[in-house]
Amino acid sequence: MSSPQELAERALELSKADDCVVLVSTDHTVNVRWANNTLTTNGTARSHEVTVISIVRGSDGARIASMSRSGVELGDLEDLVGESRALAENEPTAADDEAPLVRDRTAADWGSAPGETTISEFEHLTTGLAASFDAAASAGEGRYGYAEHDVSSLYLATSTGVRLRHQQPATRVELTGRSGDGSRSAWAGVSTAALQDVDIAALEADLRQRLAWSRRKVDMPAGRYDTVLPPSAVADLFIYLYWSMGALDAHEGHSVFAKAGGGTRVGEQLTDVPLTLRSDPAMTEQECAQFVAASVSSRQSSVFDNGLPLAPTAWIDRGRLSALLQTRHSADITGLPLTPAIDNLELVTADGAGDVSSLVAGVDRGLLLTCLWYIREVDPQTLLLTGLTRDGVFLVEGGEVVAAVNNFRFNESPVGMLRRVSAASETTNTLAREWGDYFTRTRMPALRITDFNMSTVSQAS
Amino acid sequence: MPRSIDDDFRALPLQLLADAALSRARDLGVSHADVRVERIRTAALRLHDARPETSYDEEERGLCVRVIHDGTWGFAGGAVLTPEAAAALADEAVAIAKASRPVNTEPVELAPEPTYAGVTWVSDYDIDPFDVPEADRVGLLQDWSRRLLDHGSVHHTDATLRQVKENKFYADLSGTSTTQQRVRVLCELEAAWVDARSGRFESMRTLAPPVGRGWEFLTRRDIYDWDEELTEIPMLLAEKAAAPSVDAGNYDLVIHPSNLFLTIHESIGHATELDRALGYEANYAGTSFATPDQLGSLVYGSPVMHVTGDRQAQYGLATIGWDDEGVAAQTWDIIKDGTLVGYQLDRRIARHTGQTRSNGCAFADSPLHVPIQRMANVSLQPAADGPSTDELIAGVDNGIYIVGDKSWSIDMQRYNFQFTGQRFYRIRNGQLGGMLRDVAYQATTTDFWRSMEAVGGPDTYELGGAFNCGKGQPGQTAPVSHGCPTALFRGVRILNTMAEAAS
Repeated sequence: MSSPQELAERALELSKADDCVVLVSTDHTVNVRWANNTLTTNGTARSHEVTVISIVRGSDGARIASMSRSGVELGDLEDLVGESRALAENEPTAADDEAPLVRDRTAADWGSAPGETTISEFEHLTTGLAASFDAAASAGEGRYGYAEHDVSSLYLATSTGVRLRHQQPATRVELTGRSGDGSRSAWAGVSTAALQDVDIAALEADLRQRLAWSRRKVDMPAGRYDTVLPPSAVADLFIYLYWSMGALDAHEGHSVFAKAGGGTRVGEQLTDVPLTLRSDPAMTEQECAQFVAASVSSRQSSVFDNGLPLAPTAWIDRGRLSALLQTRHSADITGLPLTPAIDNLELVTADGAGDVSSLVAGVDRGLLLTCLWYIREVDPQTLLLTGLTRDGVFLVEGGEVVAAVNNFRFNESPVGMLRRVSAASETTNTLAREWGDYFTRTRMPALRITDFNMSTVSQAS
Repeated sequence: MPRSIDDDFRALPLQLLADAALSRARDLGVSHADVRVERIRTAALRLHDARPETSYDEEERGLCVRVIHDGTWGFAGGAVLTPEAAAALADEAVAIAKASRPVNTEPVELAPEPTYAGVTWVSDYDIDPFDVPEADRVGLLQDWSRRLLDHGSVHHTDATLRQVKENKFYADLSGTSTTQQRVRVLCELEAAWVDARSGRFESMRTLAPPVGRGWEFLTRRDIYDWDEELTEIPMLLAEKAAAPSVDAGNYDLVIHPSNLFLTIHESIGHATELDRALGYEANYAGTSFATPDQLGSLVYGSPVMHVTGDRQAQYGLATIGWDDEGVAAQTWDIIKDGTLVGYQLDRRIARHTGQTRSNGCAFADSPLHVPIQRMANVSLQPAADGPSTDELIAGVDNGIYIVGDKSWSIDMQRYNFQFTGQRFYRIRNGQLGGMLRDVAYQATTTDFWRSMEAVGGPDTYELGGAFNCGKGQPGQTAPVSHGCPTALFRGVRILNTMAEAAS
């Protein structure tokens, strides 16, 4: 099979478009899934895809089209490159305009081969899991979960001399525990670069504590509660907020970050709480691509920006909205700095201290959650989100967990919620329960929220 | 004219790849092996304010081998279509089965299925959307966007077109080999109104569903009247922008199929997936309140409720000839006279629960993914001599008529849900009034379906659906349709979404 570099160079040679961008991506993944203390599925897969973006420039603007094919060999490239150009020629001029491509950036690792994983990565895991299944079965409980180790490599080459490479290892392990009758459940999850870092026994200990807390159960009504959100739940809410920070939508007036009277809310103090939401490609243990890699243009990304370097960016700076997701095109329109999306996210507070239990210790009467689920936008005007609590909600009295309570449906806006943060823990690595499929690299604190809106009771257990 | 399978898919060395993988798997001592060779072509166009924002065309080709070795699953997939690569995937599938054997405590067995050798199936469409010139595709979306932008109440538009052509070849050790091709399209236009002074905004989207049809769905007025819908959208948007905010409380609801299909999907479709009810999705998509011990006794809804599962509906998005385990397409009852009577199955869980046969709900969204139990077309049947939508509205004193889907969310056991919509009309004394805004309805699944007083007649029945139903780890998406009539529900809780967002 041809190397990614050979495919990229050959595609550029063959292109007759005014400009051409080629992305070659490879992915090697191994995964195991289990339920009811037994394996349910597993898999190993290798993928290999070439994307050719043809740019045809004219006096009225640039026409673009992206075409991707998997399993491509050198002999397939002539057709692919030709079809890509023909598609572009038939498009009207693109909305993201004719910005010149990034020029002449070559990474030192451009020549490196794609990364791989092996099935043997799982030996360490299966030993831990087998013990977990045995212990659960003898306690009359079930274990459910998923483990995945994935190594993806991306090669970006352009007709303007860009040759960049990014290799991204990603490991995700999730473990759910349920009592035999299904009335009690708990979840723990971890995201890291290497499978060897995952300690199944530590996840198991976390489950045992939560399942033990659930032995006493009381019913609580819907209402507004003093609520402690663990880092995973905070990650899910702030990932959604981050995805909603598109500069164009704000500029056009149909986003929570649009300003009445016109323009965006950048510069506005969203909260007096000194919290900072930021991304940084070099974030410790959450490293991600250091350059823009866009196989298609969209509302928040532009193929013209391929190869732009990414720099540490604060989206909210000590409570003030400081940046939105930008392309060069949208930065030009909005008159704001060029701050493209980055594939990790961190929330820190100036005075964050301790962990989840430290926050619980300060609660006189309230709730401690485990994680959130089925989060969907109800109203973009306020960024009102709805969703459910899942796998363990606990009543806190006098600073201690005293019982498990029923699940709730919440209706909350992460933007409105910023003003009701009463305490925060230190920031730690975490895996978002819901969006962790797509967005795995997050560092979040636990947050204590005043009057978190539990709209209705869910009978789910 | 009936369509046939594309020559360039048939020209792939399908049987050669299958023979190489199956014979290697047999030599390695498996009790079951199957092979899929797939080609999935996807194209998307997105225009904002009539200018192209996204244009891509993607084709995924691949090959995978699934085995049962020593009672344990093994699966391996790749993109290289040679007999050597196929045999190597069989090796890898057996290797991962061996590596996962220590955590397998339940030997895998499959429900039997007759053998179908060398059979083919093609979905029901006229014009392959990939044969349509790009200028025609983008031209149509530009024209429709401009029509909307011509109105003063429309400040921005988004136009989206997605089209998929899916080719699958399946073969297993029993001798079954199937070759299939199906096509689907999704087109949506959304208009936005923005009041820059106040910062308020609203949107209104077309109701045209995604369908298992070809390009003709966008051009033939006798199939779908785009012209009429595009004419109405600006007026509907202006009315919604000026509408009063709803008073929260309990209302009777008349729900149009364009909204009700999604409530069926979430609260019936997923809840009657047997793998969920058995706990297979407990770590991800969730479980189900409708557990197998309640089969035949759970009062799911009112006596007028008859829900079927099928993989055979014409133009249905889950419609196929044979599923991804070689099981022939079927139609069956899920809820009859309001009582739970059936589930959606694959071959493992059918066998596991003592049933004689799978009803054909295995699906994988990619040659790199293992098939899991996915949703059939799950549909609410109309009453043979049932009322019209107007007659249903006439039976309501104080209610809301809901049209079109928008926001959706449901809990991990499929009890508590909350939906919004595109259009909400006040009903008073049996008469349709003006629009309302900021409306969401919230209920518990069984309470909601037990409050269904009447279903409309066959004239109110429409097929809705979605391209993007998510399930499984690694995550997979599946297309599925849901047919239903307009239906009447009594005493459902309505929220005001602005009040919910107030701090």
